[in-house]
Amino acid sequence: MKQDTVKDILANPKYQELVTKRSKFAWTLSIIILVVYYAFVLVIAFDSSLLGIKVGSGVTTVGIPVGIGIILLSFILTGVYVKRANTEFDDLTNEVKKSIMKDK
Amino acid sequence: MIKILFTFIALSIALFASGTIEGEVQKQPLNISAIVMFLVFVSGTLGITYWAARRTKTAKDFYTAGGGITGFQNGLAIAGDYMSAASFLGISALVYGAGFDGLIYSIGFLVGWPLILFLVSERLRNLGKYTFADVVAYRLQQVPIRSMAAAGSIVTVILYLIAQMVGAGKLIQLLFGLPYSWAVVLVGILMILYVTFGGMLATTWVQIVKAVLLLAGASFMALAVLLNFGFSFEDLFAKAVQMHPKGDAIMSPGGLVPDAYSAISLGLALMLGTAGLPHILMRFFTVADAKEARKSVFVATGFIGYFYILTFIIGFGAIVMVLNNPEYLDVAKQLTDGGAPIRGGDNMAAIHLAHAVGGNFFLGFISAVAFATILAVVSGLTLAGASAISHDLYANVFMRGKVNETNEMKVSKMATIGLGIIAILLGIVFEKQNIAFMVGLAFAIAASANFPVLFLAMFWKKLTTRGAVIGGALGLITAIVLVILSPVVWVDVFKNTAAIFPSKYPALISITVAFIAIWLFSVTDKSDNAAKEIEAFDAQDIRSQTGIGAEGASAH
Repeated sequence: MKQDTVKDILANPKYQELVTKRSKFAWTLSIIILVVYYAFVLVIAFDSSLLGIKVGSGVTTVGIPVGIGIILLSFILTGVYVKRANTEFDDLTNEVKKSIMKDK
Repeated sequence: MIKILFTFIALSIALFASGTIEGEVQKQPLNISAIVMFLVFVSGTLGITYWAARRTKTAKDFYTAGGGITGFQNGLAIAGDYMSAASFLGISALVYGAGFDGLIYSIGFLVGWPLILFLVSERLRNLGKYTFADVVAYRLQQVPIRSMAAAGSIVTVILYLIAQMVGAGKLIQLLFGLPYSWAVVLVGILMILYVTFGGMLATTWVQIVKAVLLLAGASFMALAVLLNFGFSFEDLFAKAVQMHPKGDAIMSPGGLVPDAYSAISLGLALMLGTAGLPHILMRFFTVADAKEARKSVFVATGFIGYFYILTFIIGFGAIVMVLNNPEYLDVAKQLTDGGAPIRGGDNMAAIHLAHAVGGNFFLGFISAVAFATILAVVSGLTLAGASAISHDLYANVFMRGKVNETNEMKVSKMATIGLGIIAILLGIVFEKQNIAFMVGLAFAIAASANFPVLFLAMFWKKLTTRGAVIGGALGLITAIVLVILSPVVWVDVFKNTAAIFPSKYPALISITVAFIAIWLFSVTDKSDNAAKEIEAFDAQDIRSQTGIGAEGASAH
């Protein structure tokens, strides 16, 4: 890629919009997963009895729904990201590509 | 070449059949259904290999199946790579032995996936060609970067291979009464066949077929377990607590992760290690573009998450139906060690459960699938290791990029055979190790050597060659040294009385060392090269964000 093209793309408002929106979205989702997972790990590390609290009168503990919940959350968040990336972000990417073609 | 393939097929089937019957006569009743199902799988996959061999002509075909795998297919293949024998047998064994602790492992393995999607997968697809080293070396100096990345890949691949080989040996020992080493040799030979002849196309389809079979088999087992308890998890858990020697403790975090440091360190290794496994990263180059790469992760996360929920149910099912069941008791071992050990050790809990819920026929099916799993996973691993050797070391380091495709492919096939032989030998040496733990080691190294360099290459403008090489190498060395000094090697292998490094989990320290070293040796790098590398970041970033100029993008 030529240095001029690089400058043009960096200055392209659509490119800037794509980069800003996507990185904000990607990092937000990443932070959600990290916070949830490390909260889980830290509870195991420092007070694992919290996860051993019984749900109701049986033997099932809080740890079970929490654990399964983290698995489900991972799947749901990937779905949320793919949905937005395949529509909004891909449209923006295509617009950036088009505008470069036009310039040439 | 095709003639040789057929000779090999005939030989390996003959070897397998004759050996099986011989072994069975001495040990346990012949399980015809298992053998038939396994042979059907092997001939099917060799058929796939034959088909793939005729379509594998260029280096691009060999390394990435020509980039023509769809997002859904790739997602299944990634899930297949992840649903290894170590995770199927190992995690159900952890749940069987310690209950809830098994779930901690599963979650750690899974949560890396969303992160890979959000931060890594698209950029990887847009920047890379055949190996993840392509991405790291994009704007840095080829020779030092590729040497370092290849070292990280090969060490990870070999550790992971050991775990798989050990699983294969134990499984066949239990199922067919064949000597351990026979199974290991058979896996080695079949894997060499798949990879050398069929390349990535065969490796991917073998993986897809196996993933579907394994998901179907595991679903049936989990359903059968739940059916016994009227689909009430509470009843299943209550019965398990009643039967397990640890009682109530199996419902909450326990002895697997003894202290805070270990919990955090293991968590980091599992999460970031996924994003540093060369055989997984390589799969992102088999799809056409970033959109398909994204879809693959979504599909993979769904299947992997579902599979882990199944292994959790299967582990509890085994507590209820296998533990204390005289049919699966290892009487000889009970006499010497006491307790209620099962034949083949805890890693066979899922296999015994298959027999308990579905009789000999289903035991045969699950055993065949578990063996198939090992074959499929070792093939992917070997292909990744061979690519690191041929594409990174041979073509770009040794030949400085001046190499023709024919020679590069020749080297990759020789590397495949070499890795196959190494895997067989190490599989025999490491017979007595816990297989889930071996995978943990591979993850620690992937997280400390491969991931930090890959991540910073894509995200941090000021990364220089010096920083990446020194930081990556220090991460790798720190992880290995700490493991050697830890109880599992220093005490268990070298027979010292106390470990120098007290924890089994080095990742927290080694990842920190890697990141700090990369940062320090990059920012203090004032060379001309460093300035050029920093300047080249913008162009790289545009390609990684948009795919403009990406490999394979022209095909549309």
